[in-house]
Amino acid sequence: MTIRWGSYKVKNLYDEMLRASGRPRPAAQTLCSYLRALKDEDIEEYKLAAESAIHVMGVTFTVYTEEEGSIDRAWPFDIIPRIIDKKEWQQVEAGLKQRVQALNLFIDDLYHKQHIVKDNIFPAELLKDSKNFRPECVGVNPPLNIWAHICGSDLVRDKDGTFYVLEDNLRVPSGVSYMLENRLVMKRLFPEMFDQCNILPVDDYPSQLYDTLAALSPRPGDQPEIAVLTPGIFNSAYFEHAYLAQQMGAELVEGSDLIVDKNDVVYMRTIEGLTRVDVIYRRIDDLFLDPEAFQSDSLLGVPGIMRAWKAGKVALANAPGAGVADDKVVYAFVPDMIKYYLDQDAILPNVPTYKCIDKQEREHVVEHIHEMVVKPANESGGYGMLIGPQASKEEREKFVNLIRRDPRNYVAQPMLTLSTAPTLIGNRVEPRHLDLRPFVLSGKQTIVTTGGLTRVALRKGSTVVNSSQGGGSKDTWVVDMETV
Amino acid sequence: MLSRVANKIYWMARYLERAENTARLINVNTHLLLDFPKRVKLGWEPIIDITSRKDNFYSLYEEADERSVIRFMVTDLRNPGSILCALNMARENTRNIRDIIPREVWEQVNALHLTAKTNARSVQTQRHRYDYLRSIILGVQTISGMLAGTMTHDAGYDFLRMGRNLERADMTTRIVDVRSATLLPDMSEALSPFENLQWVSVLKSLSAYQMYRREMRLRISRSDVLKFLLQEERFPRAFYHAICQVHNCLESLPSNEKTLLLITKLQQKVQNSKLGAFDQEKLHEFIDELQLGVIKIHDSINKTYF
Repeated sequence: MTIRWGSYKVKNLYDEMLRASGRPRPAAQTLCSYLRALKDEDIEEYKLAAESAIHVMGVTFTVYTEEEGSIDRAWPFDIIPRIIDKKEWQQVEAGLKQRVQALNLFIDDLYHKQHIVKDNIFPAELLKDSKNFRPECVGVNPPLNIWAHICGSDLVRDKDGTFYVLEDNLRVPSGVSYMLENRLVMKRLFPEMFDQCNILPVDDYPSQLYDTLAALSPRPGDQPEIAVLTPGIFNSAYFEHAYLAQQMGAELVEGSDLIVDKNDVVYMRTIEGLTRVDVIYRRIDDLFLDPEAFQSDSLLGVPGIMRAWKAGKVALANAPGAGVADDKVVYAFVPDMIKYYLDQDAILPNVPTYKCIDKQEREHVVEHIHEMVVKPANESGGYGMLIGPQASKEEREKFVNLIRRDPRNYVAQPMLTLSTAPTLIGNRVEPRHLDLRPFVLSGKQTIVTTGGLTRVALRKGSTVVNSSQGGGSKDTWVVDMETV
Repeated sequence: MLSRVANKIYWMARYLERAENTARLINVNTHLLLDFPKRVKLGWEPIIDITSRKDNFYSLYEEADERSVIRFMVTDLRNPGSILCALNMARENTRNIRDIIPREVWEQVNALHLTAKTNARSVQTQRHRYDYLRSIILGVQTISGMLAGTMTHDAGYDFLRMGRNLERADMTTRIVDVRSATLLPDMSEALSPFENLQWVSVLKSLSAYQMYRREMRLRISRSDVLKFLLQEERFPRAFYHAICQVHNCLESLPSNEKTLLLITKLQQKVQNSKLGAFDQEKLHEFIDELQLGVIKIHDSINKTYF
């Protein structure tokens, strides 16, 4: 059975490829006809080719389970790309730039004069309880006054097709390597599509990242020594750490490769002795970064690295403490921040968010818990969430108790109907929900990836797209319809 | 270059070389046994002896029969020297340095590990064994070729070649040691056909047969085989050649004085000995000294750079 668009129904939601009438969106027209012309054997062949490419390239992620420890899995990949018209994308891009700019101003403000608190825009008690506010960072001036150099924001579309920001990841967002790898696989599989459509390239990211990092060097003029600091091969994103280091020509280091001397300079151990390091793209969470400053039992970190950073002898990206804006409660204030710092209206809307710390909003959440998605403020990877409509009665009650016990730690959002895109299930196309994670680089200039990583929930009806919970990914094509 | 990275490259090369050598060894033994009459009991135990894993083996198996030895040497993950284990370790080391080595190499190491694992069963049947082992040897050779052709020949490449050559030197001495022990020392007279066959097998386990013939153009004789495998400068699997390679690599590395001195001593020891005059016991002692030399060089590299 070949791909028949006639049996693919779009009902009461937004589909990325087809309109409700069943006709393809203009940017997806070429792809739709191309897919329709494929025979069963072709589809099978493409699927196999994609699988083997991914296997051989060693594109894996690590899943943690209690029984087995960590295991490598190939990252499930769907060969049907997700298509976005360039005109629409430019709006999203502008929105993301605006958002990240405001977030950086916010973080810098919090670690200095805290105007936004004094002006009663952001409540002081939220700051007091924030798990990711680092008193150690107060008064520090990172280069260019930027704290979140790399940000990954998750976007979703609701029924009517509007893009919403679901959350901002300002600590150590991952996924960009999959975006780059997916494109590589697609170019191997469908070279003719890249001939026929005007698909904008994504490959520039590693050099943009390099430039962003290099600009932070405390020794301007010299060629900076840049290192990617990884927790090691058992981290779920190790593949990405190695990949980015390789693509940038930077050293991939582990904590034990680095030492900080008494003059607060960071060195790496090499076969020639010690070499100074200028910029560290750290992929280790704040609390594990420096056993001297944070968790003293951390084996992953580098003792003294906070000293070196505060003394301005080394640049860290993202800066320690940047995660304060990563909080899902803080998220609810982003539109206010944009207004406050930039005097602009947010281009990209937030998903309406109820803050459980507010009594009225909390009661609303408890009453409507069966319609809500409840999220803890500081978890990532989809852990510790409640999806109201799909949860059992016990699970809902459990969350009501959790919320009442620690209201500051929870927010709730109405259940959105996420957009879908045709996804190959067996040899048929079926709609599956998806989201989009673009990456934003902030340095001397702000750069947004073209598209981003599209994550797709492979289980029917599911909206959980995380790789650790049955998600897969698609290549994201931003198609330019104007230049031919 | 990071010390940790140099260490990983070195071990990646050692483990790959180990997998290849083991595959060669088993391949040749399989063929050798087919040529021998049933009453000659060569068997599979020498393979265990060569890799010095007798204790390990007998703690897991009762008898050194074909099935057990092959299993132990190829697929048993409880043997740290098995092909699968070596490839596993090679892969883990490579994984750690995938930002350093060319991407195709990582893909190839990954693919080789995958094939070795997936087809592991086929090695138990004699009919499929050759193909399996050949795929391992070819796989490793492909990786070596890719590295030679696509990796910058910088310090990292030096560590790679040092790892490969030290492992090779070590394996060559082991093969010579164990295989010669079961043979009578010949003093000039032609060997009996079967002894002859076994010397041929020694050469073949090191892919040295053809090169030996070109070089020596004589009947196979013990002293010539020993000379070729231990003292020949131009044959890549000869002991002397391998340590000369390590010498070359070290010359371009920093703080190399101590290790270079050790190598020079070992080179002199090999070249100045009259191998033909050694009886089996003497040869065994001599080989012990060579192996000790290799270990010392390894320790010195380890201490200086890692």
